[in-house]
Amino acid sequence: MTQMKWLAGAALAAAAWSGAAQAQTTLTMWYHGAGNEVEAKIVDQIIADFNASQTDWKVEMQSFPQAAYNDSVVAGALAGNLPDILDVDGPVMPNWAWSGYMQPLQIDEAAIANFLPGPKGYWNGQLYSIGLWDAAVALVTRQSYLDELGLRTPTLDQPWTKDEFMAALEAAKASGKFEYAFDPGMAWTGEWYPYAFSPFLQSFGGDIVDRTTYKTAEGVLNGDAAIAFGEWWQGLFANGYAQAAQDPADRDSGFAAGKYAFSWNGNWAAMNTLSQFPDTVFLPAPDFGNGPKIGAASWQFGVSASSQHPEGASAFIQFALQDKYLAAFSNGIGLIPPTATAAAMTDNYKEGGPMAVFYDLTKAQALVRPVTPGYVVQAKVFEKALADIANGADVAATLDAAVDEINADIEKNGGYGH
Amino acid sequence: MSSKFQRSNRAGWVMAGPAAVLIAGFVILPFFFAIALSFTNQRLISPNPTEFVGLANYRQLLGMAVLTVDPVTDDAGQVVMKDGAPEYPSLRSLTRNNPDYPHLQGMREWSSFDWGQSRVYILARDVVFLTAIVNTFIFVIIVAPVQAGLALGLALLINQRMRGINIFRAFYFMPVVVSIVVVSLLWRFIYDGDSGLLNNLLGAISFGAIPPVDWLGNPSTALGAIIAMSIWQAVGFHMVIWLSGLQTISPTLYEAGAIEGASKWQTFRYITWPGLRNTAVLVLIVITMQAFALFAQIDVMTNGGPLDSTQTIVFQAIERGYGKQDISGGSAISVILFVIVLSISLIQRWLTRERT
Repeated sequence: MTQMKWLAGAALAAAAWSGAAQAQTTLTMWYHGAGNEVEAKIVDQIIADFNASQTDWKVEMQSFPQAAYNDSVVAGALAGNLPDILDVDGPVMPNWAWSGYMQPLQIDEAAIANFLPGPKGYWNGQLYSIGLWDAAVALVTRQSYLDELGLRTPTLDQPWTKDEFMAALEAAKASGKFEYAFDPGMAWTGEWYPYAFSPFLQSFGGDIVDRTTYKTAEGVLNGDAAIAFGEWWQGLFANGYAQAAQDPADRDSGFAAGKYAFSWNGNWAAMNTLSQFPDTVFLPAPDFGNGPKIGAASWQFGVSASSQHPEGASAFIQFALQDKYLAAFSNGIGLIPPTATAAAMTDNYKEGGPMAVFYDLTKAQALVRPVTPGYVVQAKVFEKALADIANGADVAATLDAAVDEINADIEKNGGYGH
Repeated sequence: MSSKFQRSNRAGWVMAGPAAVLIAGFVILPFFFAIALSFTNQRLISPNPTEFVGLANYRQLLGMAVLTVDPVTDDAGQVVMKDGAPEYPSLRSLTRNNPDYPHLQGMREWSSFDWGQSRVYILARDVVFLTAIVNTFIFVIIVAPVQAGLALGLALLINQRMRGINIFRAFYFMPVVVSIVVVSLLWRFIYDGDSGLLNNLLGAISFGAIPPVDWLGNPSTALGAIIAMSIWQAVGFHMVIWLSGLQTISPTLYEAGAIEGASKWQTFRYITWPGLRNTAVLVLIVITMQAFALFAQIDVMTNGGPLDSTQTIVFQAIERGYGKQDISGGSAISVILFVIVLSISLIQRWLTRERT
């Protein structure tokens, strides 16, 4: 008899539970940050808050390791199996939008009016993705190194020129205190190369592709400015300022171990460096002739084209844009909050905070990577060209080869809809 | 009433059915797909329709040309000398946007040599792919005989009655069982340029006389490093095949040889080796085909670099087909690889045929 009662109770509970679940429509979501506990905690918190805040939608998240994320989305799209909400790396978004597996967001433009430009993902004049943070790269060094080497501290208004930068590297090399003067981060193969190094090329006056038409790379990736960039880049390695083949462990801990005088690194690594060396300074990118430049745009959220409930997916994304969540990401993993009001709520980016300089850097120097569906291929071609040049390949021939490959790809794709 | 043979034949088909369906679906169908796609401009994902492009993918991959360039002459017709050698016009000025040489547009130097007064350039449309073909052939030509030989040596060593011989068998076979990705990762640490095991070992036995080498970061050592590691990894597998061949040789032959007073070499030359004939054919063909499929080690250890010194055919096929979303280009590479492996297998079969 008690058993019967227990069974009936269980059935009732099950019915109540399924009834509650039916009232809310489930939205699935994919996220690239598997393995990062702090990040997962914040995203889980946003999802829990959103699910509790209204009765229409219930978001369920599935996390992927970053290295496998893009492949998973492409495979999912081929199989017609995408979630409602997905996150996307900023420069990749145009490719996914053009390929037809993302749809424009249904978000009130007023909600993002105060955002930095980097986190806003526009393609064909429509907002497809929006980021809860931005990322920036700076020339990381220590005040004590600058003082010892007798170097001027560059500022946003007066960054180092190319000559000053090379003199700084020469001074660091001549001091004999460091294994290498400069750590560009050669061990981080993949998107790091175009993200971190193409701004150097743009500062020289070249680019990965001609942004006026997006139909050719001829003249911008192999013009005089680009060849000057290539010669400079090769010189970094040929003259012993940097190493072309870097051990990944050295990339992660080499600066902290005192192996490098200057490290070209992102704000996500800044918290560790600061705790190691309190006198760490983050210097703006050098000006190679066409103004100092750094890359913009990080991971962003968007809605898949196959979503049955785009209004729910957009509602979730808009919900996540609240300053308190933007600040939480910043405090948790050191990312740059996209609004000034959120920045004021953070420990590191508020006025006078130790990393506030990154916010200013992003505002002053950031340039998005080419906004074109062809970027996915162009990034790979650019990465290979830079690796080859660093290893001693002929600069002009390598850049010519990269131009031909990029142009052939653009042609094969009918101009990528530009 | 059907014969016994036909009945069991039907049962056989039923049993083979699942495997046949899977092989048809995942091997044979993709094979024909690859051939068909290699004549189109198919992308991995694209809103554009697929178009038939004929042999364009093959022309792009295999296009080559020879160009003879005369040295630069001054107004008097004298050859201009630079650093003690005649100066030649830059190749770039001829192959890029030069209306006089439209057929060379986009070609690059693959190699060059001096012929009398002029310089001969061998140009290729896709230098990386040609490099991949050459690297793959170097890999096969070294790996096939060395791996087969080492495996035979190991098989002879462990083909004896001795206490604990199974421990040796297990040790030699172990790298085969471990995933190639894990093995490649471990060897990346072994080959590390600063603190790798290999460098430490060489430094220790030479008392520091051998400076550390960045095995995978140096274009002249990278392919060799991968060859050595690949031979080590799969040698155990072929050892087992040789071993099975050795154990099919009747012991009475050895006894007869011993009674006749045959030396160890004579025993091997006239009893063991002829008895291993069919095994040898199998091992060589399997190693050759596996060696042509070299991919995982490259993907994990070098990504084709440095300076294309470890590009291989399969790595290029996947890099283009999936990485650069160019399925048609990747398919064309697969078809070329298929033709290469097929012709080599046919040649091997012809060379090792039973002569009657």
